[in-house]
Amino acid sequence: MNPKLSNRIAITTLYVIASLIVLILAALLGYIIISGLPALSWHFLTSPARAFTSGGGIGIQLFNSFYLLILTMLISFPIALGAGIFLNEYAKQNWVTSLVRTSIEILSSLPSVVVGLFGFLIFVVRFNFGFSILSGAFALTFFNLPLLTRSIEEALAAVPDEQREGGLALGLSKWETVTHIIVPAALPTILTGVILSAGRIFGEAAALIFTAGQSAPALDFGDWNPFNISSPLNPMRPAETLAVHIWKINSEGIMPDAKAISSGASAVLVISVLAFNLLARFIGRRLFKRFTAG
Amino acid sequence: MLINPASTHQDDLWLERHIVDPSQDNRQPIILETKQLHVYYGDNEAIYEGDLKFAEHQISALIGPSGSGKSTFLRSLNRMNDGVARVAGQILYRGVDINRPEIDVYEMRRRIGMVFQRPNPFSKSIYDNITFALKRRGVTDKKTLDEVVETSLKQAAIWDEVKDQLNKSALALSGGQQQRLCIARAIAVKPDILLLDEPASALDPVSTGKLEETLTALKSNYTIIIVTHNMQQAARISDYTAFFNMGRALEYDKTSQIFTSPKVQLTNNYVAGDFG
Repeated sequence: MNPKLSNRIAITTLYVIASLIVLILAALLGYIIISGLPALSWHFLTSPARAFTSGGGIGIQLFNSFYLLILTMLISFPIALGAGIFLNEYAKQNWVTSLVRTSIEILSSLPSVVVGLFGFLIFVVRFNFGFSILSGAFALTFFNLPLLTRSIEEALAAVPDEQREGGLALGLSKWETVTHIIVPAALPTILTGVILSAGRIFGEAAALIFTAGQSAPALDFGDWNPFNISSPLNPMRPAETLAVHIWKINSEGIMPDAKAISSGASAVLVISVLAFNLLARFIGRRLFKRFTAG
Repeated sequence: MLINPASTHQDDLWLERHIVDPSQDNRQPIILETKQLHVYYGDNEAIYEGDLKFAEHQISALIGPSGSGKSTFLRSLNRMNDGVARVAGQILYRGVDINRPEIDVYEMRRRIGMVFQRPNPFSKSIYDNITFALKRRGVTDKKTLDEVVETSLKQAAIWDEVKDQLNKSALALSGGQQQRLCIARAIAVKPDILLLDEPASALDPVSTGKLEETLTALKSNYTIIIVTHNMQQAARISDYTAFFNMGRALEYDKTSQIFTSPKVQLTNNYVAGDFG
């Protein structure tokens, strides 16, 4: 076979594979969104779910998903940032750090249902947090930490060494250089990683079934005292999220409009995750532009 | 402008090594001196002998083929190789050994600044690039900072080009402007000595010319030690030149001497373009 022909065959094959992937993705997204759209309404997005009658919404589940996401990020981002800085800036390349890196990789490949059961045993049972947002946030932290640490470490590694030398040569300490030069320079990439992992957290169900629970007690959106049981901010209340809600409706939902609600909730979930991804690209690009050409 | 010096010497007159003491030629005191300097990367010895004296307010050029140890030598002068290389012997800055344990390495690096091969402005505004290190040292007065920005940028001969866009990101500047900004950033913390590691190697000829003018103008306030691959550059701007080969400073003399009548044969071959 001559080089020209083999090249053409290779390119055609790659095109076919690529378009197949895009097609499958587009079909999937299209199906979920189109079948869910009819159910979407302001009422659907804001009213609480009903167990036995039709006309329920996903308001509480939607709020729970966002609240859990924010709590998880508040816990996991500082830890991941610290770990990423340590691994990339301070740790010597020896067997200890390679052990840490391997552990992170193994942790990131744990099935989320295992993370969920682990969270159930540790946080729900052992620490007696019960089925609560807090238990869910800790379980999701375990789920999120490895990938977030990895992406922060890679973002820092992408900052050229000249920047570090530049800081040191001005008489700055290593810590000042890292916190004031390296981390800001890596910020666009770090932020992209954070938002992408937010999408993963938002769609996670298995790790939450045993930790944040499967019930969504009524909330009083006029009460913002986190110590009151009906307050939306109370971290000790059980909180079914959107993804868990979809799973529950499909496995044991008995309301008459279960199918419509499940489709609607799926559409909301997919659109949210899509929005996170687009937001990540947008913000990353904006920040990059601001830092390079402002 | 280079004269082939081969004709000025008889073969049997070549010296093994020739190092002068600049304080003998002019009245400037010695500001930096290395004694029995050896630098090791792990088990490899990168610098065998680098005993040089640098006089105040002079430009000294370090030349030599790749791998001759001139960059390693330069980087040990403000301990940029800490944690990478091991240094034996003495590096005396105004008579004090900078490798002594009680030395405040950050203060030492403030006094002995460095500019690198590739321009490395921080991803901040031009203004913040200059003021960043000062702010970290507790200078907060806006007027003082404004003054420092203006004088540093003027000394680095880039003020006229950027004075209207101080809040613009430094990364938007051209390579040559970035390198002069890095010089301005280095002199904003008021160092004594500026070390430059091939500062023009990533620049085009026009930018290089501007950079050289800048360095020549800076001489009255700073002591400059510059590593360069460009022999014309060394000849144009430096007062003294050291020739490094295989980890040794073989010849150190007035630049005019080095380029017209070197006393070591390898120097002669190198400046004549026979190797390197």
